[in-house]
Amino acid sequence: MLNSKSIFIKESTLTSADGDQRQFIRTALGGYYKNRDIYQARYRNWELARDAASLAKWSAVNNLAEVLEKFVAKFESNGGKVHWARDAAEARKIILDLVAKANATAVIKSKCMTTEEIHLNDALEKAGFGVVESDLGEFIQQLRGEAPYHFVFPCMHLKREAISELFTKHLGTAPTDSPEELTMIARKHLRKLYITADVGITGANFLVADTGQISITENEGNARLTAAMPRVHIALSGIEKVINTIDDLTVLLPMLATAGAGQPMTCYNTLYAGPKKPGELDGPEEFHLVLLDNARTQILADPEQRDSLHCIRCGACLNVCPIFKNIGGHAYGTTYQGPIGSVITPHLRGLKDWNHLSGASSLCGACTDACPVRIDLHHHLLQNRRNAVKVVPNLFDRVFHGTFNFVIQRPALFSLGGKVFRKTFGLLKHLPLPYLGTWLKSRDLPAIPPKSFREAWKDSKNV
Amino acid sequence: MSEARKEIMGRIREALKTPSPKPHLKGESSKVAGKAWLPEVGDTDAETMALLSDNLAKLKASFHPVENLDQAIALVKDLAQKKNWKNIAYHKNELVTPVALAIAGNAWAVDEAFSKDKLEAADVGLTSCVSIVAQFGAILVSSETSGGRGLSILPPVHVVIAKADQVVPDLAACFAQINVQFGGKMPSMLSFITGPSRTGDIERILVLGAHGPKELYLILVR
Ligand code: SF4
Repeated sequence: MLNSKSIFIKESTLTSADGDQRQFIRTALGGYYKNRDIYQARYRNWELARDAASLAKWSAVNNLAEVLEKFVAKFESNGGKVHWARDAAEARKIILDLVAKANATAVIKSKCMTTEEIHLNDALEKAGFGVVESDLGEFIQQLRGEAPYHFVFPCMHLKREAISELFTKHLGTAPTDSPEELTMIARKHLRKLYITADVGITGANFLVADTGQISITENEGNARLTAAMPRVHIALSGIEKVINTIDDLTVLLPMLATAGAGQPMTCYNTLYAGPKKPGELDGPEEFHLVLLDNARTQILADPEQRDSLHCIRCGACLNVCPIFKNIGGHAYGTTYQGPIGSVITPHLRGLKDWNHLSGASSLCGACTDACPVRIDLHHHLLQNRRNAVKVVPNLFDRVFHGTFNFVIQRPALFSLGGKVFRKTFGLLKHLPLPYLGTWLKSRDLPAIPPKSFREAWKDSKNV
Repeated sequence: MSEARKEIMGRIREALKTPSPKPHLKGESSKVAGKAWLPEVGDTDAETMALLSDNLAKLKASFHPVENLDQAIALVKDLAQKKNWKNIAYHKNELVTPVALAIAGNAWAVDEAFSKDKLEAADVGLTSCVSIVAQFGAILVSSETSGGRGLSILPPVHVVIAKADQVVPDLAACFAQINVQFGGKMPSMLSFITGPSRTGDIERILVLGAHGPKELYLILVR
């Protein structure tokens, strides 16, 4: 089996060599940059808004026990039921049991990366429950049997022709090259499913402690339908999504939309407090919330990177990341792609197997600048690199740096080494040295000057 | 208390024994009155109204300020004829009912038990709303006062009828108001609707009417 690192190297090599695909991604993001700039400019002070957003998340995450207790008490007093899951397996079991208890024949889902994280769809299907993704992008990816490419824009790598072919194959519809017609095909197909499904599964963007509501952000209306029509509503959320007050949403809702999608506010921002209340005309009879740890408390235990739990999954850091744009989302092999994925995946799935993601960074800091909650992303990538050395000692690195350290402190040796290096430089590409071979595959060696700087300096004085 | 809950809470308390510093901030936003770093809200009522109108236009929602209920009725009648709206679902409400009943065709109220299929077949959902946020052009509906959860999302057209004094400048004012209106007992659903349903999932090209309404009308009675 291929390991995560070799998949990464293979995929990233392929995608970065595919000029067409890279251009396609750049074009797709072009509209986002334009709209993001327009709507950011409407903020009277975007930087102060970022301060407020980061403070809101900081104060909740750093008082997580109290804020979570408060939320849960309030949520249950609203009539919802909370379930706790220490890890992915426990979360899957809770949800499978709930679905079985509801005697469900059909399950409809709206977009939720946390369900991707715990591989819920696989588990539901294995247990014999049909589950359909209702978000257009997720629906397309489900038909393709492929993981989302970007955790906000799941199928941004696909051209319309590919989607049309996919629909023809699976849904028997006529080919079309119009995004509008393609969207309408999915709309028509899914409408009846909202009505026949017994269980609706959603995620949550925020858990509001003072009112006991969960907040769900979306554009299509599929989450609204998923939480309106079926008899049972199950939501899955990481424990870090909790915020102190509903008032925090005054800044978080618009910033999530502007930073992530270049919108003033997303189309639907919905707060749910319990199942259908007496006197209300429709809505689910049961409302369950599964709160997931799954290594989030490990991130919490690392004060240096604790702020990565502030993430509101807007996707801005992916959209601006030169690495993401060039290697694409699938190379990561993770639920969460891009800079935030590279930061948290080592915590969620082990530094040993996932530290290579932190190496794939130009350290330009574009992610940190884009993050609406001011997560110090590019420094966290550096910290992961530092921590990785302890977990996976690299003999080559050690010998190389040890030798370098030794030589650089001895001027005579340094200048001798320099001479040898300049003479043998041209031979380097023929030697089977680690790293260098791959590096030189797509790069030329620069010409080496005949003299070192010190020699040149001395000569210039002698003239 | 469940085993899992105890254990997770334990992990959290243990983890937080080591504090982490406050985030590095550029200024002190919390001290700026009225969150005056968020987008504009307008200084006067007229400005707020102009902002609302501009925001709704950008969102591709259809905005119709009218002088009185009669004008609202005439407007919806006219729209119904032009757009061939036949099957109109509404909820009983002082603003909504007279408008619904004036439209020729089949208007029915969701207040009595209805089947999901019946609602799915409706051409239009006609509702009231809780408030309208000028800052973003967002219309807030609730499951308690705006006809439940399905009426404002399932039919392909959503028409909202509201009074001009339901317009609030920003989200902060909106939340303050719902805290007062609903007290500790929030409706089971509160939803901000910011324009007609949309998606950009195919090549990031905007398409309206992904799963929710393709058309959104706001009729504001002075
Ligand atoms: S790390 Fe920041 S920019 Fe990236 S997804 Fe999370 S909130 Fe958005």
